[in-house]
Order: sequence, then structure tokens, then C-alpha cells
Amino acid sequence: MGKFFAITIIVIAIASAIPIVLHTWEAPEDISTHGHLIDSQMDETMLEAGIAFLAAQLILAVFIWQYSNPRPDAKIKRFPGGAKGLVIGALLLVGAEVMALGVFGVKAWADVYLNPPGADAMPIQVQAGQFAFYFRYPGPDGKFGALHADRISEANQNYFGLDPEHDVESRDDIVTAEMAIPVNKEVHLLMHAKDVGHSFFVRELRVQQDFVPGLDVSLHFTATKVGKYEIVCTQLCGLGHYNMKTYLNVLSQQDFDDWIKKEAAMQ
Amino acid sequence: MRMKQIVPVCLLLLLCSSLLFAGTVSGKVTYTGTPAHQKPIDMGKEPSCAKQHATPITTETVVTGPNNALDNVVVYISSGAPDDGQVPSQAVTFTQKGCQYIPHVLVMHTDQELKIVNDDQTSHNIHPLAKVNTEWNKSQPPGTPPITAKYDKPEFISVKCNVHPWMHGEFAVLKTNHYDVSKDGGDFKLPNLPPGKYTITAWHEDYGTQTADVTITGSETQSVNFTFKAKAY
Repeated sequence: MGKFFAITIIVIAIASAIPIVLHTWEAPEDISTHGHLIDSQMDETMLEAGIAFLAAQLILAVFIWQYSNPRPDAKIKRFPGGAKGLVIGALLLVGAEVMALGVFGVKAWADVYLNPPGADAMPIQVQAGQFAFYFRYPGPDGKFGALHADRISEANQNYFGLDPEHDVESRDDIVTAEMAIPVNKEVHLLMHAKDVGHSFFVRELRVQQDFVPGLDVSLHFTATKVGKYEIVCTQLCGLGHYNMKTYLNVLSQQDFDDWIKKEAAMQ
Repeated sequence: MRMKQIVPVCLLLLLCSSLLFAGTVSGKVTYTGTPAHQKPIDMGKEPSCAKQHATPITTETVVTGPNNALDNVVVYISSGAPDDGQVPSQAVTFTQKGCQYIPHVLVMHTDQELKIVNDDQTSHNIHPLAKVNTEWNKSQPPGTPPITAKYDKPEFISVKCNVHPWMHGEFAVLKTNHYDVSKDGGDFKLPNLPPGKYTITAWHEDYGTQTADVTITGSETQSVNFTFKAKAY
């Protein structure tokens, strides 16, 4: 029985490794400048974890094969050095693996969060609220008008709580339900939540960011391919979470200029 | 004639006279100034609704007509009506269609049955923001039976959908059945008013409330107009 179990473990371990090795489920196409770093990070993680996994399963299977159904007079074998040695060994091994992944991944993280955006990155404000994302472009004056929470009125589509009557800078602000950006231009997102926790996820951009109520989060990226991509909320935020999505339109510079002009006219 | 016959006859005559002598208050609601621009609604996140509108609908906070007409103003008798408190037996209906509330402003009597219908292919979660009455919200998947509700206190209640932020409507819960909602050029009409002194109130969801006093002496039509000051923002 034990030997059969040992073989089953090996079979399951190899069977689960095969689709990963063969890349059966491809990641969606990468349309960002930093995406390849994240994808390689993913591959490295899979490789290291995969090797550790297969090794562990193999060793487990060997032990089960060797020591299942012991003879009544068989002596209990102990690992040399006892438990202490094992724990130290495990700490060092796992610790090294985690540190390595952290070191390899630091460039990907820094590219999105730590290195500041370029001086001419396009700022777009993103507000996540139950249950829609809304975006604000600063308009021709390049400035965002102040936000006033008490002026938020969904009935009038004033989702951000702008006060154009008193704040001159908000008069030309452009609020949209979909996000559009020019291709190959760095975009700087300024994100906040209106109410509860949400998350902004565009899988092709390799960008996923939680919104924590009260925090202003900043990240930047550059999209490299024209197209329409889904933005979905990936943090359970209430009864409409399943319905909370919008679209990212990556457009040519000309198309983007036309789009923003059209949106400005509708404000 | 005996007393037993006189009283019912007198009552009958009184009833007939009140029906015969029933006046009407009618008029127009208009605005001065420039109303705020009503923004088109992007329903991209709900494609089944977006495709029902060839051109996007706009917000309906301010609905205007030719000659500065102001629609969706609730005009009602706020005092003086002798028959207040009679709850109609038929229900009023509030429909969710194309991710829009129809009608935008729904008037009902206190304790009158309200039926909320979901005519869309998506779930809605209607949330009337009552402050005097009990506040509640309820999910309504497509194809499910109408929600029934009633409000027992007079109140103007804003209505939103928890799933679709752009959806907005208003409930006007009144203790009278003498009401109208201005439409088709800001017109309203309040018929069947027995002789007496009345206060007419006109309510707009953004421009506030105005009142006017009117006296009906017989079966004439009194003209009362309301003018609201539009807000630029």
C-alpha cells in the first residue's frame, strides 16, 4: 500500500508540473514596458518553486517507499542532527530562495513604484467607488481642481466632488467613465478610493493596485500596444463587485487627442 | 319629508354641489437664468443597457422645454384639501429600464403601494435614501417579480441604484392625491378642487420649493405659475 502511495505522489507531482513547463496556459500578451520584468519574475519563481516542489515530493516518495510497512523489529531512523538541524536547514534554504526572488524582483517593483515618473508623464486621477471607476484628466490648464467630498453628487455625475463655481482649476477638468491613454506615453496614475477597498487590475499591463481608503496611491507605466483592455476590480468591495469594470483604451496620439476633445465637450 | 329621508338627500345635494362646483388650478413652471449642463451618461460598464440608447441619455436633474419650461416639478396641494389621507387602492410603478429610472420623479400617497419593476437584463439594487421613512435597499435580479413597498410618512426621497452609480430618481410621498408633475412644456393641472382656500407647493429636486395661495370659489380655473431660479453649476 505504501509503495503504491509513493508512486501516486510521484505521478501527481509530475502531472501537475507538466502544464507549467509546457506553458499550457499562456499569460495574456504583455503591453507594457515593465511587464517583461514581472513575467520573468514569474518564470523564475515557478522554476525555483517547481524544483523545490518536485524535489520535496521525490524525497517524500522515496521515504514512503523505503519505510512504509516496517518490520516489527525495525529500528526508528532519525535524521542526523535531529530536529534542530532540519529547522536550520529549512530556514537557510527557504530563506535563500525568498531573498533571491526579492532581489531579482526589486527592479520590476522599482520601475512601477519607486522610480519617479518622468517629468512629462501624463497624470490621470483614478477614483474607485462602489461600483465603478471614474477617471479625471486635468484639462488644458494641466491642474486638477480640488476635491470636496461633501459635493459628491452621483445624480449630477459629479463623482469627484468638484466645485467649478468656486474652484477655477476644476472648470476644465474632464471626468470620464473609461480611461484612454496614448500609446508609448508614460502615464502617472493618482489613485484613491471613494469609500471602501477596491483594486485596479489591467492584466495586459501587468498593473494591479489596491485602493486603501484614506491613502493616495501613485504608480506609473507605459503602454506599448494600441487596443481595448479590461480594467476590473480585484478586491471584494460589496454586492456590485462582480459588475465593477471599465475599459482602458490605448490609442494613437491622434485618436487620443480626438477622444479627449470629445469628452471635454460633454462635460 | 321625514328626517330619515332629509339627511341623505341633503348629503347627496352637498356631494353633487361639491362635484358641480369643482375648480381647477393650472399653470406653467418655468425657470430664469441658465441651468447647468446635463452631462451624457457613459454606461460602458453595463453593455446590455448601453446598447439600448443609440445616443447616450443625460442626467435628468434639470429637464427643460421650450420657452424656459421646467419639467419634473411636483406641484401639489399642501394645505386646504378636505379629502387628504385617502390612500388610493391602485399601485404606482417605478421601472428600471435601460439602466434608467422611469419616471424620473414618481409621486405617491402615503401608504400607497409602490411597485418596483426590473425590466433590464442586469441586476439592480434600488436604494431609496429615505431620512424620515425607513431607509432600505434591495437587490433585484433580472426576471424576478416586482418589489413592493410603501412609505407611511410624507417625504421627498432621492433614489439611487447601488450597482449603477449614474441611476437617479426621486420619490415624492405626499399626504394628498391632488398633485401633478409638470411636463410637456412645464404644464401642470390640479382638477377636482372644491371651493376653498388652498396652498399650492411646487418642488424641484435641485431648485427647491415654492408656494402660492389660491382660492377657488366655484368651478373656475385659477392660473398659478411658478418660476424657479436656475443654478449654473
